[in-house]
Amino acid sequence: MSFIADYYNYWIVVFLMMTGFYIVISASNLVKKVVGLNIFQTSVFMLYISMGKVKGGTAPILTEGAAQYSNPLPHVLILTAIVVGVATTAVALSLIVRIKEEYGTVEENEFEKKDDAI
Amino acid sequence: MIEQHLAALPIILPLIAAPIALILGRSMLTWAFATLVSALSCIASWQLLMTTLSDGALSYALGGWPPPWGIELNVDVTNAFVLLAVSAMSTLVLIYSKDSIEKEINASNHSLYYTAHLLCLTGLSGMLITGDAFNLFVFLEISSLATYTLVSLASDRRCLTATFRYLVMGTIGATFILIGVGMLYMKTGTLNMADLSTKMAAFESNRTLNTGLAFIMVGVSLKLALFPLHMWLPAAYTHAPSSVTAFLASTATKVAVYVMIRFIFSVFGASHVFETMSMEIILMVLAIVAIFKCSYMATVQSNVKTLLAYSSVAQIGYMVLGISLVSVPGLMSGLIHIFNHALMKGALFMAVGAVFYRMGSVNIEAFKGLGKKMPLTMAAFTIAGLSIIGVPLTAGFVSKWYLVTAALEQDLWIVAALVLLGSLLAVVYIGRVLEAAYFQEPPESQGAKNIKEVPWLMLMPMWILVLANIYFGINTGLTVEAATSASQWLFQGYNPAGVAL
Repeated sequence: MSFIADYYNYWIVVFLMMTGFYIVISASNLVKKVVGLNIFQTSVFMLYISMGKVKGGTAPILTEGAAQYSNPLPHVLILTAIVVGVATTAVALSLIVRIKEEYGTVEENEFEKKDDAI
Repeated sequence: MIEQHLAALPIILPLIAAPIALILGRSMLTWAFATLVSALSCIASWQLLMTTLSDGALSYALGGWPPPWGIELNVDVTNAFVLLAVSAMSTLVLIYSKDSIEKEINASNHSLYYTAHLLCLTGLSGMLITGDAFNLFVFLEISSLATYTLVSLASDRRCLTATFRYLVMGTIGATFILIGVGMLYMKTGTLNMADLSTKMAAFESNRTLNTGLAFIMVGVSLKLALFPLHMWLPAAYTHAPSSVTAFLASTATKVAVYVMIRFIFSVFGASHVFETMSMEIILMVLAIVAIFKCSYMATVQSNVKTLLAYSSVAQIGYMVLGISLVSVPGLMSGLIHIFNHALMKGALFMAVGAVFYRMGSVNIEAFKGLGKKMPLTMAAFTIAGLSIIGVPLTAGFVSKWYLVTAALEQDLWIVAALVLLGSLLAVVYIGRVLEAAYFQEPPESQGAKNIKEVPWLMLMPMWILVLANIYFGINTGLTVEAATSASQWLFQGYNPAGVAL
């Protein structure tokens, strides 16, 4: 039991990661795929952020009476990764807009049929 | 001043130039500007290779923050060698694209094309010379996002779905690398590659680190399209504009191969990856399956771009096979093949792009009788095709020769025989195109009579690559020297059991 309780942050990360991954693989709607991809990426962000936490540590700002600080570096890294994630989502969504314009659908199996028909 | 900051130039130049190219806006102007910038970073890479060959590895602290706290750029012979190949290819492809993209990309998107190309070059150069594991992820995403944009610029609507698939697979790959790097950071508290490697040596086969290794290897394999993670590649290469395909096929996957080499040798250490984790068996099997499955797939394609794309996956198999031999000659053959394959695939895709320029199609039907109508283009295709097969006096022969010798040195007769058999399949798929071009009559339609050679700006870079194929097939001095000293440097301090160095 303590095995689950001690590592609860990892369990959340693993659950989110698999949920996102499953959506990416199984969904045929492209927008849902992008949502899945986002959940997948967010789980990794949470992995980084939770590992920066130091037990009993406060925010890494020099103040009176604080001896222990959390590690700020993973947070900084994840700021960069979030920007990358937002950019990826933007590119994916703009592609979906173009696909919708060209094919009139965002369902993967439907536009595959339209391409085969040519 | 320039001497001091030389290491940062291949990244900084295209990065600063990219937004300027967007502002310039006019097609001609951006073309000249992008080509100039790319040529400058090519000169910088040449300088870097010369410096590293004579003085050894360079280290550059970005922003003056000393490693391991700041981001470090590490230039050694290996990445200077690949960097030169990448920036030279970028320059040639840019020269080629002026006429090529006119037929394939809307005029309003031309400056976007050059901007995305420069950003892609930034990302690729960054991936090569950065010494920081997280920074590598950032550069990887810069180059990937630019690549998605480039692929989606084609006028055929199927490029959109191909790009979307590429984006999903690419993002999963990059996120896997991010997870892996996170696990390494969790255990060691550092992101600097050299620092990681020293700190990891203290842990004997730690489970977190091994999981990190697995995540990074799968992520990188997705990026370099190692069989069976190559599914995004043929669709993306087929539907992308020709000049984009020529650039990607000759640089993007090669840089990913280099990243794999870097993680195996400089971060995890060859003894850990190969002796404790026995990674070389997985890599060798996948590489050999890639060579056969994808060479076979290439022989049954009717679209010549798809054919060459499958051939690319097979050629990546040869590079990974070289790595999986775990010896200095093996790794050296892999490195030489990175360089040589860039030369031949660049030339082949440029020739196919030239056929598209005139015929408006890249089906094998369109190649009928082109031997007479576009003699220079088809001659270029023939010589580069012979190089893919590995005929003597071409660059392809050199890399296959070293690969077979390296396999024989370890008494791996079967592997050597399989490499040669794989080349026979290359004879089949290149032969099909050549047969159509030289031995079949052109169709008797009205439009077909006016087919002539493409503009010289397209022929010139194509022929520079073809001549380079022949030059590096005869004079192997530079490639062999650079690749040998690179692989010796990578194997430093590691003496695999039972392998004579």
